[in-house]
Amino acid sequence: MVERRRREQAPQAQVTLDEKGRILEGLLPEALREYEPEVTSSFDMVEAAVKPEIVPAVCSTLKDNPDLAFDFLLCLCVVDYEEEMQVVYHLYSTVKKHKMALKASVPTEAPTMPSVMSVWSGADWYEREAHDLFGVAFEGHPNMTPLLLYEGFEGYPGRKSYDFNDYTEW
Amino acid sequence: MSTEQQLDMVQMMVNMGPQHPSTHGVFRMLLWVDGERIVDVEPHIGYLHRGAEKLCEGELYAQIVTLFDRLDYISNFNNELAFCMATEKLMGLEIPERAEYIRVLMCELNRVASHLLFFGTMGLDVGAMTPVMYTFRDREKIQSLFEAVSGARMMHNYIRIGGVKNDLPDDFPQQMARLIPEIKQGIDEADRLLSFSEIFLARTKGIGVIDAETAIANGMSGPSLRACGVPMDVRKDEPYSVYDRFDFGIPIGERGDCWDRYYVRVEEMRQSLRIIEQAMDQIEAGPVSVPVRIVLRPPEGEVYVRAENPRGEIGVYLVSKGADRPYRVKVRPPSFCNLMSLKHLLRDAYVADSVVILGSLDVVLGEVDR
Repeated sequence: MVERRRREQAPQAQVTLDEKGRILEGLLPEALREYEPEVTSSFDMVEAAVKPEIVPAVCSTLKDNPDLAFDFLLCLCVVDYEEEMQVVYHLYSTVKKHKMALKASVPTEAPTMPSVMSVWSGADWYEREAHDLFGVAFEGHPNMTPLLLYEGFEGYPGRKSYDFNDYTEW
Repeated sequence: MSTEQQLDMVQMMVNMGPQHPSTHGVFRMLLWVDGERIVDVEPHIGYLHRGAEKLCEGELYAQIVTLFDRLDYISNFNNELAFCMATEKLMGLEIPERAEYIRVLMCELNRVASHLLFFGTMGLDVGAMTPVMYTFRDREKIQSLFEAVSGARMMHNYIRIGGVKNDLPDDFPQQMARLIPEIKQGIDEADRLLSFSEIFLARTKGIGVIDAETAIANGMSGPSLRACGVPMDVRKDEPYSVYDRFDFGIPIGERGDCWDRYYVRVEEMRQSLRIIEQAMDQIEAGPVSVPVRIVLRPPEGEVYVRAENPRGEIGVYLVSKGADRPYRVKVRPPSFCNLMSLKHLLRDAYVADSVVILGSLDVVLGEVDR
């Protein structure tokens, strides 16, 4: 009974891809063919999942391809799915005015992946923040020092395994 | 004479902040200076880190609105709107038209209030003490209106999932009819006082120049990016709420210096007032919210919502697993990315200009640190 009521209250959303999104969804598999991406879509966002090692190469392709021209890194986010860490890059093109999400998953035991700072210098603080809060190490980042936390902070407070009440200093 | 030669070679490190009146919060930067020139800069943030994103994972959806109030505490309505839009998109909720108009009205008023604060503090940063008196007087009028509408001067918690908290007060149209000309006059007054003053121009023209390409690569957004001549505005590129029904312009700058960043905001206030006037004409009576439960359980999924804050583009990435609390909330704070460009802006600038350049970015440390 409870289950049914929940479903009634939360209807499936109607938002779908717009014109630009549909064109992009058609373009992506061809443009990224050599990287074997998994192209899907969720709400109004086109998503592509790739292996973490090739993220910088994929990103430079996305940036340099004139049909895609993703020159703007909107957001870099880490989502902790317990067994793996998903790094999500939200990209936007100031020329084509379309957007997409690029996803790569790294294992929680050894979360290491290459940095995309060579593609977008704006990834700088995002990657430091991700390292601070989630312990994802970005190889090739010139300065991986703590950004939001103080030096010597133990643990990764963004992770699900980090308890809310573990802050003892206050 | 040997000492003189030695002094010539010395590079000095100057610490600025975190407790410094012109850092607009608690922001610290280390400046390596060679004489009066800045050679390198290392910004330090995190003094205000409250773990807001992690806190969101432990709160109900309706409670998170209050946490978003505290990110960018100068433009609360815009933050609330971004989060509510994300949740509504995830749930597929349709918002009544009147609620959308009220949201736009509040957000645009908030934009004016925020830019008025910037206007004043920008003057203070260059040593002009008078404009802040004018702009605070006008900002106070807007804050009083916010109090009449939402019950609080700041941290309103007024925009709720499914609409807004309550309808506008009965005398709202009369209040607005009185307020808009006053604000317009106030902006003109302060504009005459500061914008084209010889001293102000000398301190800001050609200072802290950034070109469009670097700004885009660094993720700059909002007025700071538009000052470089890039007409990027989410309200036009990807209209949300009812922004597609208004006729307004996007002011852009030419050179991307401090004065452009300042004047783009002045012009933006006038455009915002245009939107407000049109919204007041178009708004119609009706319900202001759809009934939703206190404990919301949006379906599984993830959304990314973009909205235009006074400081730039805010993004909310919301991951739901169908529970009453979100699985992950990530905010793209506009000030965070704008502040990242500081090292490009400050390199080779004079030490005395560092305060002006930082002030022209108009950062709020509450959302930088989260």
